[in-house]
Amino acid sequence: MKKEFKVISELILQNSKVLDVGCGDGELMKFLKDNKTTKIRGLEISKNRVQNCLSKGLTVIEGNAENDLQQFPNNSFDFVILSQTLQAFLDPEKVISELLRVGKKAIVTIPNFGYWKVRLNLLMNGTMPVTENLPNEWYNTPNLHMCTLRDFFNFCSKREIKIFKSLALKNDKALNLSAKNLAWRNLESQLGIFLIEK
Amino acid sequence: MNKLKQVKNIIITKPQKLDCGKEISNFPISYETYGTLNEKKDNAILVFHALTGDQFASGKNPITNKDGWWSYALGSGKAIDTEKFFVICANVIGGCMGSYGPSTIDEETGKPIGTNFPVITINDMVNAQYNLIEYFKIDKLFAVIGGSMGGMQVLQFVSNFPDKAHIAIPIACTSSHSAQNIAFNELGRQAILADTNWKNGLYEQNKTSPDKGLAVARMAAHITYLSKKGLQEKFGRKLQERDDLKFSFDADFQIESYLRYQGSVFVDRFDANSYLYITRAMDYFDLSKKFNGNLSAAFSNTTSKFFVISFTSDWLYPTAENREIVIALNAIGADVGFVEIESDKGHDSFLLDVPDFLDTLGNYLKTNYKTVNEKRI
Repeated sequence: MKKEFKVISELILQNSKVLDVGCGDGELMKFLKDNKTTKIRGLEISKNRVQNCLSKGLTVIEGNAENDLQQFPNNSFDFVILSQTLQAFLDPEKVISELLRVGKKAIVTIPNFGYWKVRLNLLMNGTMPVTENLPNEWYNTPNLHMCTLRDFFNFCSKREIKIFKSLALKNDKALNLSAKNLAWRNLESQLGIFLIEK
Repeated sequence: MNKLKQVKNIIITKPQKLDCGKEISNFPISYETYGTLNEKKDNAILVFHALTGDQFASGKNPITNKDGWWSYALGSGKAIDTEKFFVICANVIGGCMGSYGPSTIDEETGKPIGTNFPVITINDMVNAQYNLIEYFKIDKLFAVIGGSMGGMQVLQFVSNFPDKAHIAIPIACTSSHSAQNIAFNELGRQAILADTNWKNGLYEQNKTSPDKGLAVARMAAHITYLSKKGLQEKFGRKLQERDDLKFSFDADFQIESYLRYQGSVFVDRFDANSYLYITRAMDYFDLSKKFNGNLSAAFSNTTSKFFVISFTSDWLYPTAENREIVIALNAIGADVGFVEIESDKGHDSFLLDVPDFLDTLGNYLKTNYKTVNEKRI
C-alpha cells in the first residue's frame, strides 16, 4: 500500500466516523475498514470505481466533492479525507470549507509544487514541470490549482484553519513538518499531509 | 384463470387495515420461492415486483409460459444467486396472479370483485406481504430488493419495518410519484376507461374485455420504459415488412408494429382493473407525506444498509429522484451506497441484460452476505 495511506491511517482514531472524498478504488477505505473503523464512507466521481468499491462491500456514493458534500450534515464525520485531489477542483477554497463543515477534522494531502525537482524543471527547461508525481502536460493536466507546502500553510493561517498535525513525504519517508523546518521540507518533499480543523 | 388455482398462496386471516380506511381479512397472497431457506434462516431475500410483474421472477412462468420477469438477475449463479439465497416473491394485492385483487372471485356473487375492490396503496401491498415473513418464521431478511414500483415497496418496507432487513436495494425508483409519473399513469387509465368494453369494471360479468384500452395503456407505458436513443438505435425509421410507406394507418414503421405487439400480448396476461388499481397505488405513493415532507424521518429508525441504483437513460425515474433518497439517508447518517449505471436501455435497464448492473448487484450481495454473517458470529 502507498506510504501516504499508511500515514493517513495513523492519523485516524479507532472506531471514528470517516468519509473518504475521492476514494478511487477504495484501497484506503478497505485498509481503514480492516484496521481502524467500520464506520467509513466514500464519495467518488467515477462510475467504474464506485462499482468496484460497492462490489467490495464498501459504502460509496457516486458524486463530486464540489456539489455532493452538501448533502452531509455539519460534523457528521470525525475525519474527512481528501487525498491528492484538492488541486483538481475549480474552487479548492470552497471544498476545504465543505470538508471542515462535514468533518470535525480533515486530512488533506497535496502534491508539493515547491519540490526541488519541480522548481529545477521550470528553471532549467522554462516549461511547465512534468515529473513522476505530476506526469501531465500543461494542456491536459487535471491539476488546476497547484500549490506548495508553504502556500498551504499560508492559506490555513489566512483562513484561520488550525493545522493540528502536518507531515511531509520525502521518497516515501514520513518527516515531521512545521513552520520551523518549512523552508527545507518545502524543497525536499513530494507530498504534504495535513490534519486540519476549523 | 383455472391455472391460477395451482399457484402457491397463503390465506391471511389476520385483519389488515388499509390506508383507505377499509379492513380486509381472509384474503389470499400468492407467492413463489426460489432456492432454499437455510437452517439459520439468514439467507432470505424478499423481492418486490413492478407494476406489471408477478411472483414468477425467475424460471418459467407457469401461467404465461414465458421466462420470469427478472430472469437476468435472479437464478442459479445469477446476481441474486438462488444457490445461496432463498428468494421470496409475492404477487402484490391488487394484482392478477392469485393475490387478492379486482379479479378475485367474490364468494357471495360468484363474480369478480371488480371495482368493488378497495383502492390500495404501496403501504397496503407491503403490509400484506409482510405476512409471508411471519409465515416462513424469518426473524430478519437478509435483503429486500426491487426496481421501479418494487423499489418503492423496498422503501416502504424499511420505513414500516426498520429492523427487518439487513440490506435494502431500491432500484430505479422514487420516494414520491412525480406529476409526470402520475400523468402517464392517468393516460393509461383513461385509455382503459374509454374502452366501451370496460363496462364500469364489470367486463367479466358482461362477457367482454377492454383489450383495446388496456393495450393502448401498455403501449403508452412501454414508451416510457425505453430511452429515445435505445428506440432510435433499435427501430429508427425502419419499415415493417414493406418497401415503402403505404399511405394508410397500418403499422408502416417497425416501432408501431412493435408497440402493437407489446400491447396485444399484454392483454393476455394482465387484468385491466388490476392495471387501474396498481397505477393508482403508485400515484398515491409519497413516502414523506406522513412525515410532513421530511423524507429522512421516514427512515429515522432504520438499521438497514442501503444501496440505491439508478440508470443514466431512465427518464421515468431519473437519477435525480433516486439521489433524493440517498440525500435523505445521508442526512440521518444511514449507511447508503449509490451508483448510476451507464445504460441506454432506459427505465427497463434493471430488467435487462446490463452487465455493469448485474455484476455490481451480485458482488454487493455476495460481499455483504459474508460481512453480515461474520458480524453475527
